[in-house]
Amino acid sequence: MDDRITMRLARYRPEEEDEPTFEEYEVPCHKEWVVLDGLNYIKDQLDGTLSYRWSCRMGICGSCGMTVNGEPKLTCATFLTDYAPGPVHVEPMQNFPVVRDLIVEMTDFMEKLTAIKPWIVRDEERPLAEGEYRQTPDELNEYKQYSMCINCMLCYAACPVYGLDPDFIGPAAIATAQRYNLDSRDEGSDERLDLLSLHEGIWACTFVGECTKVCPKKVDPAGAIQRYKLDAALTSLKDLLLPWGAR
Amino acid sequence: MSERPTYTPFHPGWYRPRISTWWWLRRRSSLVFILREVSSIFVAWFVVFFLLLVAAVGRGEAAYQEFMGWAATPGIVLVNLVSLLFVVFHAVTWFNLAPQAMVVHMRGKRVPGKLIAASNYGLWVVTSLLVAWIVLAGWT
Repeated sequence: MDDRITMRLARYRPEEEDEPTFEEYEVPCHKEWVVLDGLNYIKDQLDGTLSYRWSCRMGICGSCGMTVNGEPKLTCATFLTDYAPGPVHVEPMQNFPVVRDLIVEMTDFMEKLTAIKPWIVRDEERPLAEGEYRQTPDELNEYKQYSMCINCMLCYAACPVYGLDPDFIGPAAIATAQRYNLDSRDEGSDERLDLLSLHEGIWACTFVGECTKVCPKKVDPAGAIQRYKLDAALTSLKDLLLPWGAR
Repeated sequence: MSERPTYTPFHPGWYRPRISTWWWLRRRSSLVFILREVSSIFVAWFVVFFLLLVAAVGRGEAAYQEFMGWAATPGIVLVNLVSLLFVVFHAVTWFNLAPQAMVVHMRGKRVPGKLIAASNYGLWVVTSLLVAWIVLAGWT
C-alpha cells in the first residue's frame, strides 16, 4: 500500500501576491496521522514558511479549524487515510478574511462572542459568605450541551448566511448565549435578547442546519437558535397580551 | 494591558474571496437549502390559487365554472404540478428539521427527535386523509 499522500495547500503571502495560490507537498500517510500531523511534517521537514494555527492536537483548543476537501474540519480530528489516495486539499476556513496561508482573521467573531455576555449575569450578586450558587444535575443538563463549544468557528465557516451577511451574530455566539440563558444561576436573558432579537441576531438565521452538521462537539447551534426564536416569539406575545402586572 | 484590538473590515493585507453568485451549486446541502427557500414562492402561489377559488365560489356558479375552466388549462396544470412538488419538498424538509427546533420534555426526559418527526408526519397523513375524505364524499 502506498504510504505517502499529496497535500495541496492554499498559500497566501500578502507581501508577495494578491490572491492565494496552491502548493503541493508529499507527506507520509500513517494510519494514525491526522491532517494536522501532515501540516506539522511540512513545517518541520519541507517548508518552514508555512503558517497555520494549532495548539492542543486533541479537539479541545479549537485552533486548527480549516477547510479540508471543501468541508470545514478540525484538522486534528481529520485522518489523512480517509482521503487516500489523495490529494488532500487544505484551505483556510471560508467566510473569514485570510491573513496568511491557512490563518484567518477572527476578531469579528471575538467581538460578537463578548457582545452576548458569555458569563453569568446576576441582578444582584450574593455576598461570598453565603456560598456558591448551587445547581442540581438536571439543571446542569439543561445547558450542558451548549457549554461544550470550543469556539473553533467551524460553524461560521459552514454558515452561508454569515458568508453573505457578515453582520449576522452567528451560530456559536447564539448557542453560547443559550448556554447562559438556560443556566439556572443566570439572570441575563433579557439583556441578551435585546441584542439577539435584532435582525442580525436570531432572525437572520434561515435554518440551513450546516452549523450543527460540522460542529465537532455536537453543540447543535441550529437547534439552539430555533429554540431561541420560539422563546423570543413567546416573550413578545406575552408582552403584547398580558397586562403590565402579570409579566 | 494594551487597548482592545478592533476589527478593521478594510485591512489592505487580508485576502477576501468574493462569494460567487453560484455558491449554492457547490454543495448538495446548499442546493437543498436554496430549493427550500425558493419553495416558499410556490407555497404563496397555492395560497393565491386557493383565494381565487374561494372568490370564484363566492361570485356564483358561472364564475366557479369559469375558474375551473381556467384551472384546467395546460399552463395552470403545469404550474400547479411543479408547485405541488415544491410544497411536498418544503413539507418533508421542514418536518425533518422539526426535531431540532422542538425540545419537548415528558416526565423529565427529552422526547427523542424521531418521535417528534414521526408525529409531524402522522398529523400530515391524518389531515390529508381528512381532506381527501371531505373532497371525495362531496364528489359522489
